[in-house]
Amino acid sequence: MSSLLEARQLRVEIGGRCVVRALDLTLAKGERLAILGCNGAGKSTLLSTLAGLRPAADGEVLLAGEEYRQLSPRAAALRRAWLGQHLSDPFGSGVLETVITGRHPHLGRWDWESSRDAEIARSALAAVGLHGMEARQVHTLSGGERQRLNIATLLTQAAELYLLDEPLSHLDLNHQMAVLELFAGAARDCGAGIVMVLHDPGLAHRFCDRALLIHGDGRTEMAAVDTILTAKNLSELYGYPLRQIEDGNRRCFIPE
Amino acid sequence: MPSRRRAFLIIASLCLLALASIGLALMVGSFKVAPADVLAALIGQEGGAGDIVLQLRLPRAIAGFACGGLLALAGALMQVLLRNPLADPYVLGISGGAGVGAMFAILLGLPTLGIDGLAFIGALSAMVLVFGLAHGDGSWTQTRLLLTGVIVAAGCGALIALMLSIAPETKLRGMLFWLMGDLGQSAQWWPPLIALGFALVIATPFARELNLLARGMMQAQALGVAVNRLRYAIFLLASLATAASVTTAGSIGFIGLIVPHLVRLATGNDQRLLLPASVLAGGSLLVLADTLARTLIAPQQLPVGVLTALIGVPVFLYLLSRQPK
Repeated sequence: MSSLLEARQLRVEIGGRCVVRALDLTLAKGERLAILGCNGAGKSTLLSTLAGLRPAADGEVLLAGEEYRQLSPRAAALRRAWLGQHLSDPFGSGVLETVITGRHPHLGRWDWESSRDAEIARSALAAVGLHGMEARQVHTLSGGERQRLNIATLLTQAAELYLLDEPLSHLDLNHQMAVLELFAGAARDCGAGIVMVLHDPGLAHRFCDRALLIHGDGRTEMAAVDTILTAKNLSELYGYPLRQIEDGNRRCFIPE
Repeated sequence: MPSRRRAFLIIASLCLLALASIGLALMVGSFKVAPADVLAALIGQEGGAGDIVLQLRLPRAIAGFACGGLLALAGALMQVLLRNPLADPYVLGISGGAGVGAMFAILLGLPTLGIDGLAFIGALSAMVLVFGLAHGDGSWTQTRLLLTGVIVAAGCGALIALMLSIAPETKLRGMLFWLMGDLGQSAQWWPPLIALGFALVIATPFARELNLLARGMMQAQALGVAVNRLRYAIFLLASLATAASVTTAGSIGFIGLIVPHLVRLATGNDQRLLLPASVLAGGSLLVLADTLARTLIAPQQLPVGVLTALIGVPVFLYLLSRQPK
């Protein structure tokens, strides 16, 4: 079985500064990868490069075995879904109208969204706890509700690979866990691949198989969460001393 | 998101509005023509009113409808391209460029065809200039595009003021009417109509992609829109639509800003409905405004741009004050 996502000797630059050098990465079906690093280390830039939304400075990214430049944007959208950080709609729109935009790659040029698409959109809203809000205007939602709306939009896209840039931002504790459980379930039951940028190493340890640490100067390290998410590695990554606390097979890290 | 059926009903009723506005334009004027006589003239029966209806009023009404439709379409497209609900067809300097060309032609004493030709060349030059400057480093973000457009428009404004101040008295009136927007001097009715049909046929198939583009470039790209290609296409299409309208009727203001807003308020922001509905509403509104411009102080005529602005300013301020944010 071919991998969902593969990066070969990938180099990522921001404004001429190299943040990721010679990264090799393979993500198989059902695998979950966390990306951790400081602010400005290049996590989001790497993620959008992996999503094919910006060109790589060097190396290549393969989506289910094919390079982005061989795929039409629509074909790529059927294979991977990307959650960005900054979303705004200057014109305002309704919740159902927004969430159904995720169906775009599944529709032909002249198709109008069918009742089946509306059904998919409604169940995606229910999955993130937004049922009953279909008729609300997006600008009346809170930040956390908007984030869940974006996640619901992603779900309607029904891709095999999810690239999530800070999926937990604005979410309260209860919804953070719900969202992580949701994607863990998608990986377990549907074989979806998940790559997510996270800020909590404890949650990364609990919900991911592997972690990729980005230092911001081009160096990256990747390994299984058990071996790489240690107080020593993370203290060096964040430039702040951390203490590791174990509870059964869960870990949490607290600042000294 | 409107259902297909609701979209169809809205478009059908706007088609009726368009027919009614053109019908009114054919009847009303310093010489009143009864509805029966208008119909008789349209189906080719010889009669007293036939010439006025067919030779004078019908071409002017059709040119007005086409220009209004072009401006509303260009406005709706610019608003998506710049992701700014306050953008209008003139924000990127197209009308400024056309104005410079037209003023120069009038100064030289060229005939109507020369004025139209230079106006069109001016519009295209402004378009190329704005695109070249904004695209310089390949990024051409909305902000960069908007700023470049505003600056080029300001430069054109200065050139126009310069030419107005050195123009002889006899030519001043024609220049001012051109600048305010006036359908009385449009030479032909068919070029804007063809341009309108062409623009609508090109834009409509991309309407759902425009919906996504309005929500953000990266977002749209991630959902399968070829964003760069689409943005080139909208820029070109909106600019050409504006150029076609400005060449025909001068810079008629506010239609391109107000109409997409009104339609959005009434039907939502789904471009599949917004684009054709804006075309119909913009065309009808301009035909009605022009009919008013011909009749308010007849036999004198007002430039229609003055009327659209007089109607547009209060409507726009009202919309702005009640916009939820």
